Amino acid sequence: MSQPDDAEIVHFDNVGLRYGTGKEVLTDVSFTLYSGRFYFLTGASGAGKTSMLKLLYLAQRPSRGLIRMFGTDAITLPRERLPGFRRRLGVVFQDFRLVPHLSAFDNVALPLRVAGVPERDIVKPVTDMLEWVGLGDRSHARPATLSGGEQQRVAIARAVIGRPDMLVADEPTGNVDPEMAVKLLRLFEALNRLGTTVVVATHDVHLIQKVPESLIMRLDKGRLSDPTGALRYPPRRMASPPRPDVLGA
Amino acid sequence: MSILPAINNALGADWRERTSAESRLLPQGKLSGPMPWVIAIMIGLTVVATASGLALRNTARAARADVAGGVTVQIVHGAPRERDRQANAALAALKSAPGVAEARLVPQKELDALVEPWLGTTAGDDVNALPVPALIDVRLSGSADANRLGALRQALRGKAPAARIDAQASWLAPVFEAVHALQWLAGGLIALLAFATIATVLLASRNALGNHRGTIEIVHMLGGTDAQIARIFQRSMAVDAAAGGIGGLLLGVVVTSLLGRQFAALGSGMMAAGGLAWSDWLAICCIPVGGVLLAVLTARLTVLSALRRML
Repeated sequence: MSQPDDAEIVHFDNVGLRYGTGKEVLTDVSFTLYSGRFYFLTGASGAGKTSMLKLLYLAQRPSRGLIRMFGTDAITLPRERLPGFRRRLGVVFQDFRLVPHLSAFDNVALPLRVAGVPERDIVKPVTDMLEWVGLGDRSHARPATLSGGEQQRVAIARAVIGRPDMLVADEPTGNVDPEMAVKLLRLFEALNRLGTTVVVATHDVHLIQKVPESLIMRLDKGRLSDPTGALRYPPRRMASPPRPDVLGA
Repeated sequence: MSILPAINNALGADWRERTSAESRLLPQGKLSGPMPWVIAIMIGLTVVATASGLALRNTARAARADVAGGVTVQIVHGAPRERDRQANAALAALKSAPGVAEARLVPQKELDALVEPWLGTTAGDDVNALPVPALIDVRLSGSADANRLGALRQALRGKAPAARIDAQASWLAPVFEAVHALQWLAGGLIALLAFATIATVLLASRNALGNHRGTIEIVHMLGGTDAQIARIFQRSMAVDAAAGGIGGLLLGVVVTSLLGRQFAALGSGMMAAGGLAWSDWLAICCIPVGGVLLAVLTARLTVLSALRRML
């Protein structure tokens, strides 16, 4: 099992983000994420969690500030180098973003095919992953025929199939029952133990409490606070599960 | 097994696998809708325009070659005896003039046949009362330019004062100009059709990009490159353009053949010379290939340009 190390994987320095000419949705956000750790990003609706995740998975450039990812300045990163960075990320979108005309199998296989993995090396891991998320018998089903929870599991399977360096998940257990939520969380933990940095945005305090090893960042009206000392260096571990009022969730 | 076939097999398998995997990223066959039909029409019209342009070029070339060194000497005199005397004197002078390859006095029978459509030969026509000039058909060894015509006039001045000398090419100059203008028209039509094809493919590509924007964003977010996405559109466009190109070629060839038959039935010597050579047909067969390349290149550039606007 790999241990968390102190290698910086993401660094935000005074990052601000506004859409068009609107007011800033993120203001003066500064933090560092370290390799192999498990982070929760929490905050009320509209606090800017999804916007921050968009910056993390390189779907958006900030309006100001500096972002360094995998040791490289992500702001000035040439466009042609973005795909290489994105292949090191796994993303679970809040709205799943499954490709509607592809089966569950093909959706999960998508990151591997995009990365040019030979077809013979795709079938087994994708089948195993679908089995693991409980969709082994639904591999040929298209997203429209899957329930919300099933679509979410496909989205999660797609995000983790390529063993990314960093997994970014936006409310990944919002549509699944508690039992499946815990199971998916265990999958994230397993991935984390293999060295993947995990960032999960969630409102669910119970979910956060199930991962005592995790570090917590809280967004409040676009500003980042550090209720548990996660952003200090070295990060402070929680002695006990955080209280819901501390998380503001 | 030698190494080359092995490498070829490996490359082929890799390419097939990559192509197959990429083709699954977007639904194939729904990218461009009526695109094959539109391209078929464009290619069909281009084939007809090209064939017409080539036929006109061939007609002009054949006619120009026929009359390039031709000179007509007319002895215009009202008195038949004097006219015949001057004609014979002019013929003798022409035969000994430098640069003249051949000189022939057109026989009276041929002259009668030439004027027959206008004057007729049946009883009651007063053919003999008309002062029809004597004609000498001259072939020069080179082209009949102004200097050579001047030299001929000089040689005939004393011996046949009633002689009028004209280059045959000058009579056909307006015809050549008209043919030349039609060739430009054909070229302009081909350029317009190419432009219309580009515009159609551009619109189809943008439409397809719009329809699949969600999927493209996902593929981008998963690390798909612009080149990968562009290849999917290129491949779809190539299939559409190839299908349309073959259909258009067949359509164009049928129309061209029918037009060719119609013109051949006119029985005109000039039109008969406007047939298409095998090299012309080869050029026409290359039109669908050009169409496919144009469509693929347009699709690629359109898609890449649109993708560059995404992060």
